[in-house]
Amino acid sequence: MTTDLSTLQPVVEGKNIVKTFGRVVALDGANLALYPGEVLAVVGDNGAGKSSLIKCFSGAYTPDAGEMFVNGEQVQFKSTHEARVGGIETVFQTLAVAPALDIASNMYLGREIRKPGIMGSVFRSLDKKEMRAQASAHLKNLGITTLQNITQAVETLSGGQRQAVAVARAAAFGSKVIILDEPTAALGVNESARVLKMIQDLRDRGIPVILISHNMPQVFEVADRIHVARLGKRAAVVTPQTASMNDVVAIMTGAMTVPEEEQQLAPVRVPAPMA
Amino acid sequence: MERQTSMQKVQGVLHKYPYLSPLIVLIVAMTVFYFANHRFLLPGNLSFLTQQTVIVGTLAIAQTLVILTAGIDLSIGAIMIFSQMVMANLAVSASASNVLPVAGQNPYLAIAIGILAGVLAGGMNGLLITRFNLPPFIVTLGTLSIWTAITLLLFKSRTIQEPEIPATLKWLGSTFQIGGFQLLYGVILMLIMYVIFGYILRSTAWGMHIYAVGDDPAAAQLTGISTKRVIFSVYLVSGLIIGIAGWVTLGRVGSASPNVDPLLNLDTITAVVIGGTSLFGGRGVLIGTLIGALIITVVENGLSLAGFDQAYRVLAVGILVILAVAVDQWIRKVKA
Repeated sequence: MTTDLSTLQPVVEGKNIVKTFGRVVALDGANLALYPGEVLAVVGDNGAGKSSLIKCFSGAYTPDAGEMFVNGEQVQFKSTHEARVGGIETVFQTLAVAPALDIASNMYLGREIRKPGIMGSVFRSLDKKEMRAQASAHLKNLGITTLQNITQAVETLSGGQRQAVAVARAAAFGSKVIILDEPTAALGVNESARVLKMIQDLRDRGIPVILISHNMPQVFEVADRIHVARLGKRAAVVTPQTASMNDVVAIMTGAMTVPEEEQQLAPVRVPAPMA
Repeated sequence: MERQTSMQKVQGVLHKYPYLSPLIVLIVAMTVFYFANHRFLLPGNLSFLTQQTVIVGTLAIAQTLVILTAGIDLSIGAIMIFSQMVMANLAVSASASNVLPVAGQNPYLAIAIGILAGVLAGGMNGLLITRFNLPPFIVTLGTLSIWTAITLLLFKSRTIQEPEIPATLKWLGSTFQIGGFQLLYGVILMLIMYVIFGYILRSTAWGMHIYAVGDDPAAAQLTGISTKRVIFSVYLVSGLIIGIAGWVTLGRVGSASPNVDPLLNLDTITAVVIGGTSLFGGRGVLIGTLIGALIITVVENGLSLAGFDQAYRVLAVGILVILAVAVDQWIRKVKA
């Protein structure tokens, strides 16, 4: 590969984003850049503004000031639906699945496929067969083999399996970026490992991922670059190679500052070709 | 796969097919009542059962849609009475002692306006719930009183007697013969509506969204579904069904009185709950509601034929409701 990293343009970029809730300043001029094909971890103490920052990109919040870009084009999302149309898929901490509906229905919730011909156009009939077939194919693509029965209700699944459904849904439709908010917070060791594997698979398929996590070992395992949020701003961007976990915690708490020239603001990973 | 006890298997099957438990209750009840009194299964009595079910059965479709979104509609009966009073008062001849200056309308126009009144009343419920974030229980408790009062004020509490009402308005109450069965056209209309709305809930995106919104509104919102639009549309459509039920009631009862059974609301909720739809929203199937409505009629009619007092019939229905909710709670605990 001869891709010149310095010519890469960010897939997602935020400049000087401000978001306030009454007198609480959640984001105070925050910056963020995600480059093609990389896993960017966003870490920070509670209240550092990492969730708020991510919610601006997933359309759940609208920033009060600042600019957001997707592939260099300025965007404004008024809803999660608009962000989704713009190619940004988010797996929320609450997963946003409908427990009583089956796996296939959940994956296609809000963007159902209708039957071809008069059954679809006049009678609005859903093409459940097609949705099930495609859902199966997506899960298989991601190497998710623990979900055998696509017509199973999501509430009958384990925490890790539900996470897999939510990630698969995001991966199936996230044409540009996938954001994962604390995907392993509620999971056991084995299930966490599976989700981390899924993140690496996404990256290997060329899809950039933003991972929000509290779990330092996991962050250091999968992230290419680590964005440290503090007091509503970006405190630093480091890599697992240039900083230790203790360094990251020190930056989070303000005990350590990294001069800009020592930060890793440029991309480090050569993106895999988009599958 | 871990091993399941037989009890868990039963739980799993009931979870997958929520109409199964009411169906078993219906079959058991009909068998018992047959042995208590052989007349119970005669075509004449079975026909009577369907006729007794038609009003609550039709209204319960609307209640099912609302309850699937985790709402409740206490104003169904009041809106239905309003809607049928609009129809009757518009269609009645001008010379009769009616109360509106606009009487003597074309009966079809009267029916259409009556149904429209139902749609508007349903839309008002939906608007209050979605626009002002008020709980459905409170909104419909309020509109129950409001529509009851408007009906009494507007139509001066006057009952329109059967001979005054044009035949078109009563057509759904006329019968036709199949074998020994006397079927109402209204019953056929009700069954058609069950088929149509069953299809909509099962096979369209709107139906899927109703389940998703009732199941977990926050999650539905995050997946990009406009939960408010879904909820509003459900109350609007339920208003349409209530309006049609008003027409059915005109046929079934024959006359139009503002003082019809105020317990209709409760009966529709009972039918939905006995039919296996969860009051917490998001689960249940429409066919269960039809079975639930039939169970109410069968228990009342069967106990009556077996010589029990009216009070025992009410008692039996009350016990059934509590049992149905208890079974629902148990089924919801299912694990893979």
